[in-house]
This record gives sequence, structure tokens and C-alpha cells, in this order.
Amino acid sequence: MEEKDADGNRLLENLRDASAGAFKCIQCGICSSSCPSGRHTNLNIRKLVKIAGRTTEILSNEELWMCTTCYNCQERCPRNIDIVDVLLKIRAISVHKGIILPEHREVCQMLIEKGHAVPINDANKEKRIEIGLEELPETVHKYEEGLEEVKKLINSCGFEELIQKKEGTDARGAKT
Amino acid sequence: MKGLSLFLGCLVPNRYPGIEMATKLCLAKLDIDCIDLPGASCCPAPGVFRSFDRTTWMTLASRNIVLSEKMERDVLTICNGCFSTLEDVNRIIKNDEIAKAEVNAHLQKVDKEIKGKIDVRHIIEYLYEEYGPEKIRSSVERQLKLRVAVHYGCHLIKPTRDRGLGGFERPTFFDELVTAIGATSVEYPDKAACCGAGGGVRSALKESSLKMTEAKLSRIKESEVDCIVNSCPFCHMQLDSGQNEIKEMKGTEFDIPVLHYTQLLGLALGFPPEMLGIDTDIEKNNKLMELLDSQTQNEK
Repeated sequence: MEEKDADGNRLLENLRDASAGAFKCIQCGICSSSCPSGRHTNLNIRKLVKIAGRTTEILSNEELWMCTTCYNCQERCPRNIDIVDVLLKIRAISVHKGIILPEHREVCQMLIEKGHAVPINDANKEKRIEIGLEELPETVHKYEEGLEEVKKLINSCGFEELIQKKEGTDARGAKT
Repeated sequence: MKGLSLFLGCLVPNRYPGIEMATKLCLAKLDIDCIDLPGASCCPAPGVFRSFDRTTWMTLASRNIVLSEKMERDVLTICNGCFSTLEDVNRIIKNDEIAKAEVNAHLQKVDKEIKGKIDVRHIIEYLYEEYGPEKIRSSVERQLKLRVAVHYGCHLIKPTRDRGLGGFERPTFFDELVTAIGATSVEYPDKAACCGAGGGVRSALKESSLKMTEAKLSRIKESEVDCIVNSCPFCHMQLDSGQNEIKEMKGTEFDIPVLHYTQLLGLALGFPPEMLGIDTDIEKNNKLMELLDSQTQNEK
């Protein structure tokens, strides 16, 4: 029987939809030779494109998270495959299955609590005053009602539940 | 043409407030109509949040855009990540009625509605397209005769299909803004290469991200420049703090000053470094300022 995620979605079918363009790939390798990450990490974007839409194993592959989304591969692909867009869709399917790296969970938690992925701290409050700015910027940090709106929207989108989902292992294969 | 609202994002106000100050000083001096955008949040960052959930990403971005729509102003970003998120979402909203309806169903809960009536701009392409290198050249009070490594970053120009700012292999518009203030834009290998931070790589896989940074910094170092100039606080962080992190990890020292374009422009417009958040307690920055001071002395 086909593997489904916690919401009953057919994973392979979703992956196939997400990867439709990847089937045009001729494995020329221009993507990998253009990849700044691939020179230094295990990311082999050519291989990822090859297996995209063909196996659910890709969902727990840490290589998905080694891409900086620089778009060089996509720009240079002679088959016009939207490689980064495909990769982002596969990442989302993986996340919706509950496969999330712990550091990314923390970044999400910041957004949920503060409305900023990188919130202000004491050192930077001081720095702001030193150079003649107000202690708090003109963002949700200063406007409580703005932060409330952000929280309402996050709740409306079900984002908090999503990032609390845990499949049992993260993309490194570690227990969560 | 509409006036602008300044979208701050996270890293500029919360980690590099000097870039916020530099931006405000430069825009005022150039007489560009740009005001604060009160109550905006994280864009939200394209690397992590777009990867996680498209609806949340689009909805929060749309709320930020709505704040500017209400003021009937275009959004001005000073970060490639913010530009990527807000420009992408704004375009999706303008072209995809289904996505727009989905987002508005959420926004309705906070009494907001996105209409798709404004544009999202990045300060580099804005200065180039709407202000122009010639006008910048004539506003300069202090010629900065520096050898500069321009770093475009990725999301200012890519995906080129969406950005419409020309090809990515050899863009020139940012370089032209740098030469407009008297500096030389030095060609270097892998100029188009990523700083290594994007896509959630810095946050989760820091060591890998720094390997990319080290490669980029090595090519820049070989080209013997006085500083790196960028258009994005995330690249800025990676190329600047990254130097300290690489030194701790491997002992390699680069000692290359890193400035956001607004800080370089601020110097050229006559503002002192401390007003622009250029920390002269750091030796490499101090040396750069001494170099500039000696140039000014020689001219006198």
C-alpha cells in the first residue's frame, strides 16, 4: 500500500506532482557543477533531481537542507527544470511529514513568539541607542497589536501545529 | 511613481542597526520619499519558512505588504531575503487569484485584505533604475577611491525569470552604483557565488555554510580589495561574522572589511563612520577609515 503522511496524503503522488518538471532531466550535470554547496557538502543536486518524484526516501535525505537556494542550477539548466522550486516543494512535503531539523524548529519558534526569525537582544538595543536610533525598531517589536495579528495569522495557518509535528527522526536520522 | 515605505526585516534592525541608520541617512540626503512601515514583522525569511509551509509564508508576507498598501506606497527592502519573499509573494498575489483568495481568507481574521496594488523594490535596483548612477555621482561629497569586491548575493537577481533585472552571469548595475562614488569594482573569480548562508543552511548546517564562505573569501582575498560591499544583511553577516567563525574553526584570517552598500554610500555622502554603524574599534575597519582619511588629506 502506498505510504501516506499523518494527514493521509499520498506521499509519492505529492512528490510526483512536485517534481513534474524533473522528469525532463538528461543528467548532464550542469546543475552539480554550478552548485556552490556541492563543492563542499554531500549535496549532489543532479542525483536529487534524478530521484525526485520516484521515491519517498528523498524525504529524509539531509541533502535537501544543504541547498542555499542560490538558483545557479536552475538558471543554467539546459532543460529549463525549475530545480530549486522543485526542491522547495519536496522540503515542504518532508516538513509536513514531521521531518524537521531541530535548529529550524528553533527559528520557527522565534517567529511564533516574537514575529521575527531573529529578534532583538539587549546588546543591539544598546547599539541602536548609541547610533541615534530608538531602542526598538518600527516593527512588531514596538507594536504589540501588530504582533497579536501575526500570532493570529500563524494560528489561522496552523503553523505551530505543523512545526511541532514529529515523525520520530529528523533529516539527520536522529531521534526527535 | 509612488513614495516608499522602509521594510526593515529582522537582521537590519536587530543585528545591524547601523545599516538601518545608513539607509535612512542616505535616503534623506538623496531626497527620496521613504517613511517607516510601522508594525511589520519578519518577511518571513524565504529559506526556512517558504520551505516549510507556503500558505504561512504567503500570508505573513501579505500582511507586511498590506501595511504598505494602506499607505499607498511601494515597499523598499534593504535585504535580498526580504526582497525575495515580498517580491515573490506580491507577484503571486497579482497573478494568481486562487492564491490571493486563500491568503485573504486568513487576512480577513485580522481585518486585512491584500489587493496587489503596489510594487516591492530593493534599494540597489531602485537606486539604479529610479535614481541613477549619474545623480549619485553628482551627490557624492567624498570620493572613495577604494578597490571594492561587489557581492550581489543570490536573491537580488535570481530567479532571473521573476526578477527581470537581466542575466545573472555578468550583471553590472550594482557595480555601476559602486563606481559612481569613485571606487573601483574589482572583478574576482566566483563573483556570482553564494555567500553560503541562504536556504536555512547557516541556521542548521553552519560548518557547511562556512566552507562556502571560506571559498568565496579566499577568491576575494586573492583579488586584493579594500573591502567587500553587499546588498543584503544576511550575506553581510555571513561574510563579516563568518570571518571570525572561520578564524575560530580553522585559524584562517581574512581581515577584509565588509560594508552594506548604504554604509559605503553614506561615507561618500559625507557621513562619519560611527553614524553609519561602521565599528572602528575593529582593526580592519579602522584601517579602512585611515586609508580614506589619508586620501582626503592628499587631496587637500
